[in-house]
Amino acid sequence: MNFKEVLYDPIFNNNPIGLQILGICSALAVTTQMSVALVMCVALTFVCAFSNLFISLIRNQIPSSVRIIVQMAIIASLVIVVDQILGAVAYEMSKQLTVFVGLIITNCIVMGRAEAFAMQNPPGISFVDGVGNGLGYSIVLMAVATIRELFGSGSLFGFEVMTLVTNGGWYNPNGLMLLAPSAFFIIGLLIWALRSWKTGQVEEPEYRIGGHTSLSGA
Amino acid sequence: MSSNKDAMKNILLVALSVCFVCSVVVSGAAVSLKPERLANKELDRNKNILIAAGLFEKGVTQDSEVEGLFKSFEIGIVDLQEQRLLTAGEVEQTKIDFDRYDQRKAAKDPTMSVALNTVEDIASISTRADYSIIYLLKREGELQRIVLPVHGYGLWSTLYGFISVQADGNTVSGITFYEHQETAGLGGEVDNPRWKGLWPGKKIYDENGTVALEVIKGSVVPGTSQTDYQVDGLSGATLTSRGVSNLLEYWLGNQAFGPVLKELAVRT
Repeated sequence: MNFKEVLYDPIFNNNPIGLQILGICSALAVTTQMSVALVMCVALTFVCAFSNLFISLIRNQIPSSVRIIVQMAIIASLVIVVDQILGAVAYEMSKQLTVFVGLIITNCIVMGRAEAFAMQNPPGISFVDGVGNGLGYSIVLMAVATIRELFGSGSLFGFEVMTLVTNGGWYNPNGLMLLAPSAFFIIGLLIWALRSWKTGQVEEPEYRIGGHTSLSGA
Repeated sequence: MSSNKDAMKNILLVALSVCFVCSVVVSGAAVSLKPERLANKELDRNKNILIAAGLFEKGVTQDSEVEGLFKSFEIGIVDLQEQRLLTAGEVEQTKIDFDRYDQRKAAKDPTMSVALNTVEDIASISTRADYSIIYLLKREGELQRIVLPVHGYGLWSTLYGFISVQADGNTVSGITFYEHQETAGLGGEVDNPRWKGLWPGKKIYDENGTVALEVIKGSVVPGTSQTDYQVDGLSGATLTSRGVSNLLEYWLGNQAFGPVLKELAVRT
């Protein structure tokens, strides 16, 4: 397993949101504005990379009976540090992200990578895996945020692209884009697009619906 | 080694050392960044008081100017139980350090607040602090603006903001919300400068002295007797709009700042 593969694989081939369907909750909550989504992506990538690094460093010491709680303690500490830093250097942003930074603790991607990768691999490559998964999460979040902000508020990164009717322009914003369900639709469409492109990601159906009745079976 | 790793002694050792290292990191970050966080919070509040009073223009005024501009305000302490402005002597008697007074903390402290019953609690705030700090902008000894802190429940969250009133105690000169968690793009539009721009010039009290100012559903019809008391609703945010109306009705009403505004208006 080389570094490059570990870094780039989670972006398209094994995307945490697209393929593993993890971290959906924050993808719904913080994607109405691109700037907010970007800060969230940076925060998550940071937490994911460093939690992987630290957990991997002590992976041979962690007793298996308490491993989850040890991982949680490390992740939670990192999240608090990120929250504190945001409050100190980017106050406006931390006001908008509010509880969602704290909720990185419960983000399944971070826990998932710690348990699935960092517990079995050396620190260097675990760190890279954390960055890779953070990027995989970020690319989906930014794509969703771009669509939602453009059609919901007519702007990108807060800069007006399409002048809104309320500001004397022509564009009537799509209110649905500002509500959480729209992110569900967009993520669903993105997953569809991704799986049409990389057909290997399509899951085998768990069962097939049989014919209504057939003569031989009746 | 693996059998050794799961021994009780090792489990305790690992758990304790992880906890110890984590707590040192967390408290280190919290303590070392606390001054910045508090400074940011205060700057943000002061900035919003200036925005409400119309002294701060986004993109024009720099953050570094906030402190200087803020000095042009005179601070007044309002006793919300008696609904009047305290004199300097009375402020002494309260034995509260108003430089450090936090109305939000006070509202949670039963010794410094009162619980509101359902009839009184129009703004859904459940408890109200006994004292509130208001900001008086004076030029050459003459009162220009009165900035009042207001808060109340919208759809998802409590909105915290300031409303600025002209010296007549009846004309709005600005409104701003510095903290809320309403839906971005819908209720969050309370931050929209265009919407906030609809407020200046609106009247608060009708002939009977009750609060008539409200956010209505839809657009205000110009030229009617109600035009001066109504502000366009935020489309798609009925409950946030209603929350704003309610919090104004409460804070500008007779239970809160109403008598203070009238008193100040008479004095000038």
